[in-house]
Amino acid sequence: MSKLELQAVSKAFKAGKVLDRISLALEEGEIVAVFGHSGSGKTLLLRLIAGVEQPDEGRILLGGRDVTDDAPETRGVGMAFQNFALFPHMSAFDNVASALTARNAPGDVIRAKVEKVAALLKIGHVLGHAPRELSNGQKQRTALARALVAEPQILLLDDPLRNVDAKLRYEMRLELPSLLKASGSAVLYVTQDYKEAMALGDRIAVLSDREFTQIAKPAEIYGKPATISVASLFGDPTINLIPVAPLASPGETKIGVGGASVSLPPGFARLAGKSCVLGLRAEHIAVEDKASPDSFPVEVVAVTPLNEKTLLLLRTGDGREILASEAGTSEAPRRHGPAFARFDPRTVLLFDSDSGRRIAPQAA
Amino acid sequence: MEHTSVAERIVRGVLIALVVIFFLFPILWIFLMSFQTNEEILRIPPSPFFTPTLANYSALITGKLTTVSGTLDIAFMRNLWNSVLLSTASVAVALILGVPAAYAFARYKFRLGEDIAFTLLSFRFAPPLLVLLPLTLYFQRLGLTDTYVGLIWVYQLIALPLILWIVRGYFEDISPDIEYAYRVAGHSWWRTFIRIAIPLAGPGIAAAGLLAFIFCWNNFVFALILASAAKQPVTVGALAFVTASGIQYGQIAAAIVLSVAPTLALALYAQRYLVEGLSLGAVKG
Repeated sequence: MSKLELQAVSKAFKAGKVLDRISLALEEGEIVAVFGHSGSGKTLLLRLIAGVEQPDEGRILLGGRDVTDDAPETRGVGMAFQNFALFPHMSAFDNVASALTARNAPGDVIRAKVEKVAALLKIGHVLGHAPRELSNGQKQRTALARALVAEPQILLLDDPLRNVDAKLRYEMRLELPSLLKASGSAVLYVTQDYKEAMALGDRIAVLSDREFTQIAKPAEIYGKPATISVASLFGDPTINLIPVAPLASPGETKIGVGGASVSLPPGFARLAGKSCVLGLRAEHIAVEDKASPDSFPVEVVAVTPLNEKTLLLLRTGDGREILASEAGTSEAPRRHGPAFARFDPRTVLLFDSDSGRRIAPQAA
Repeated sequence: MEHTSVAERIVRGVLIALVVIFFLFPILWIFLMSFQTNEEILRIPPSPFFTPTLANYSALITGKLTTVSGTLDIAFMRNLWNSVLLSTASVAVALILGVPAAYAFARYKFRLGEDIAFTLLSFRFAPPLLVLLPLTLYFQRLGLTDTYVGLIWVYQLIALPLILWIVRGYFEDISPDIEYAYRVAGHSWWRTFIRIAIPLAGPGIAAAGLLAFIFCWNNFVFALILASAAKQPVTVGALAFVTASGIQYGQIAAAIVLSVAPTLALALYAQRYLVEGLSLGAVKG
């Protein structure tokens, strides 16, 4: 039985529909990262689950129980708000303890639980402070502690690392997965940072255009994105998108890229004559000094060394600019000037240029 | 601000002194008058030097006003007590009714909500005389003339809109997420209202309560028309000092000092609640 289940949930405001028939199920102990642009309805989704907003249609189930019409205090979820939403007139201790006092726990149990979660989040020394005396990082941890302390079945985290500085965000990104796993809760983690989604999510749910365009494991989101927009949201540098028109030739299907004719792997025969978009990740493009049968001539326009890789901006014969990356910083740095680019046809992604959906190869 | 020259500091000191004198001199003069006899007050030219007397205060407290034409009974202490009772009870009723109403107007959008809130505010626009005549007739019919209940009810015209509109603004300034966070943590709506919304709007509630108290205290015309001597507050009671044998300036001054004292004490006490910025650091700014 799923810990959390959304069944065709819709919500509209005066400005229009924000969520349209959204469905999702979370298993026990699973972390699902909800990824989307700001304004895509990620926060609204959490608020619907917490009971702070009411859906127009659809049902929300927690642990198999329909809670769609229940008040927030009866749902037993833990939630960390993006703006922390600490109670300014209470100490950090009372803030964290607020989730336990509601359940009428005895005082010493409350103290023990608060101190345990505070130690875990390294805020034990500031429990006596008022929220205004805490640094942003401590506020964020206090808000997180408040969500965690009652060991809820469902944990809703609304972009908890958004308002903290880069160093702390990096640290927390490393610590959070084990912390969340240890809690045993099913976690819905909202973020606008694709790296955070990839690092934290067992699965990623991509929210765009009022619905989940894809819900899959991080590797699948990256390797088999459902649409052009998902492909371009994940990956740094952004995936190269090149319009192509596959041509049928005896026994195979070919596409023309930068003046070279490349054979597609089997299964794409039906695409002949259709207009498509070719998605090519930068790391799948190899740049060489010498020509080979399937390479095409390019001009290296810019070279950007980033410690672990080097980014190359290439201009193809037909004037298109594409990005390639090479692992490591080669000892002899690549010079500007003519070179040859090549890619393995098995790594290409093809999208329907009308619908934007990825076209999977047909089984032979 | 630390780099001010001596000249600047002197100029600032002089200017502040001027403002203070302008506003406080009348109060100081009344305070001095309250220790003088009528003759000393009325001498020309006036002088700040006199032999202090407590006769004015003792006359007020004993309730025996001695004039050239004999001794008059005045009910000043009773009036003072009426003022305290009427103002306190009116503000208490207005807080009990107004604070939850202000919360409703701040948090919930409902049909005619804005219209109701504006209608309540409009009580402050209308001159009291406009409503007094019909009110007197109704009160006579209902048997509410010359009762504390009737006066406290009428005083809601003064106190309720004030509290409603000031406190509403404070509730609106509280991030709804803070309240939602408390509810998601498992607390009922009512507990959230009592434990989160009220404490956070505390300075606003204190300010509104204080203002409402002062306005009620200073009201004159409602009590003049709707109450008899036994139920009248000090503002109306002060009329008794205009006697057939002349105006008792010394007693009036003493009465003013005594009637200003409670509001002044209350204002000084409430001051620290007014300046306390509780909301600081609540949410990421």
